[in-house]
Amino acid sequence: MPESAAPRWHARFMLGLLLAPALLWLGALIVAPHLDLAVLSLRERVGPRQYAASLAQYRTFFADPLYWHVFVRTAWMSVVATLLTLLLAFPIAWVIAKLARGRAGSLLFIVCLIPFWVSETVRTLGWMILLRESGVLPGLLVRLGITDMPVELLYHDATILVGLVYTSLLFMVVPLISSLESLDNSLIEAAYDLGAGGFTILRSIVIPHAAPGITAGCIVVFMLTLGNYLTPTLLGGKNSEWFTEQIYNQFIVRFNWEQGAAFGFLLLGLSTAMVMAGLRLTGQRFGDVMRRT
Amino acid sequence: MRQICAILALALFTAGAAQAAQKLRILTWADYVPADVIAAFEKETGITVEVTLSNNEEIISKLRATGGAGYDLAQPSQDRITGPQREFGIYKPIDLTQVNLQQFQPALLDIVKRNATLDGKLYALPYLWGTDGLVANVKRAKVADYGDLCRADLKGKTSIRLRRPTLMAFAFAAGKDPFSLYGDPKAYAALMEQVGATLSACKGNVKFFYDNKDQLLNGIRSGEIVAAMMWDTGGWSLNRENPDVQFIIPRSGALGWLDTFALPARGRNDAAAYAWINFTMRPAMAARITKSVGSFSAANGTWPLLDPRLKAQFTAAFPDSALKAIHWYPAIPPGLEEIEGRVLDRVKAAN
Repeated sequence: MPESAAPRWHARFMLGLLLAPALLWLGALIVAPHLDLAVLSLRERVGPRQYAASLAQYRTFFADPLYWHVFVRTAWMSVVATLLTLLLAFPIAWVIAKLARGRAGSLLFIVCLIPFWVSETVRTLGWMILLRESGVLPGLLVRLGITDMPVELLYHDATILVGLVYTSLLFMVVPLISSLESLDNSLIEAAYDLGAGGFTILRSIVIPHAAPGITAGCIVVFMLTLGNYLTPTLLGGKNSEWFTEQIYNQFIVRFNWEQGAAFGFLLLGLSTAMVMAGLRLTGQRFGDVMRRT
Repeated sequence: MRQICAILALALFTAGAAQAAQKLRILTWADYVPADVIAAFEKETGITVEVTLSNNEEIISKLRATGGAGYDLAQPSQDRITGPQREFGIYKPIDLTQVNLQQFQPALLDIVKRNATLDGKLYALPYLWGTDGLVANVKRAKVADYGDLCRADLKGKTSIRLRRPTLMAFAFAAGKDPFSLYGDPKAYAALMEQVGATLSACKGNVKFFYDNKDQLLNGIRSGEIVAAMMWDTGGWSLNRENPDVQFIIPRSGALGWLDTFALPARGRNDAAAYAWINFTMRPAMAARITKSVGSFSAANGTWPLLDPRLKAQFTAAFPDSALKAIHWYPAIPPGLEEIEGRVLDRVKAAN
């Protein structure tokens, strides 16, 4: 008995040891701060250095249409950005996974990857140089005679979408490639042989097969977009407020950590709800999606 | 073996302590601590200086997050000291016996004493000051007061900052004195609502709400912005590049800001902080700082040492009457910033 118990104990100890960094990370840097924030969001300042438990922070959110609007706007624009990214990434992933042969495929993939060698800040500033009124693109439009005066291309909602799609493209392309690569080409050939058109094949063979990849890509892109701070603040103008900016403002500018924490939890709730709704809508399970990609 | 370990540990510990004693960590604004002044200070005292760049709100938030640890010296504005101190206890009182008070201009020292004293203890000393007013390209825009930024002929060519100084400026421009209402939150809220409505209506006129100084400077340099609410020396430095760009004192008066030295509650090296304060307030050093930053030092005796061009710009902009008309920010009572925050949020969300 002792001979067999020792190795089992040993194996369990080793497993624990191997998991320890991940568990420590999860516990100390993710779970603990969230609990702290949860407590913070449920209290209210009643006097200097005096706080009382209350739901006032959440009440403020629901009572003031201002915060509501920004919240809904952020969610809506994130959905649009995710769909645009999918539309753009799908043909790219298809070409890389199915059409390009040998080195061409990896070359194309590297082309997608290269923009990510510089930081998001630099990329976003690059967009600003291109799009600002005295920038490259408006100047080009004038020189080509398309506009009489330089137009301001920066500070619009569309500009934010461009920046967001650009930033998240890679995170959609990668899961799409891996799910498309596993699609057997003979299935498509057989479908053609049986007289199916391109659209039918896409709808009843390619998309069902790639569904987990599509869902995984959409989840990642949606979360990245919803939680993005830099791109909407730099590219967006005076009218385009992103919910993360609200959270920053509450924490840093207003010193109102309680309100900021409540906003943070509302955003967390929103992204969870949206992801769940997306999974339900496409009839998939979260575990499946994550395993297959 | 154990002895060796103990000796090693002791050696490491003392080395660490010695190094900590030789370091001064400053939390301050961009450009406030010029590299050549740091070099001179290090040469004279052997203390190395570590600078972290920030702004008023971030200074307070960073110190709040650590309970006042992580830095040995901070430079918030004089009106933002007693409020956060009362709320978060992030500073410690200044030990006046460690400071050479003769080096400070009495008038500026008085302003700080009035606004940064809590329960009989002084929490700050003045460092640099300047004013907010208007900057315009006079060939392309004629402006005399903040309200002119909202004039139809300047549509899409002006810029303001969506922060509290703008609320104050537009309140003064509307003929009201927001500072006199600091003690009356209800009336203050009503005034802020009114200013917020003005700003919301003006929003279409504004090209962007600037968030950092380079964004505004580039906007004016490129000609995208022809008039903006801006600080004086920013206007004067643009003026040196392009004489058409000028700093203009608004009819309703300039807003005077005064940034300070304050000691974070859990700073580790007060002695170095006091040495730094005394060092940077020497007239020669203060003049060097003014030359490099562009803003005026609170030190005595710098005037004869200043760049003649800056002196000329200053005297042209501020005749005695204008200097007297500067509105200095009083300490902000608690609760007001929440009112202002709501109003600013609403302006940002308005269409």
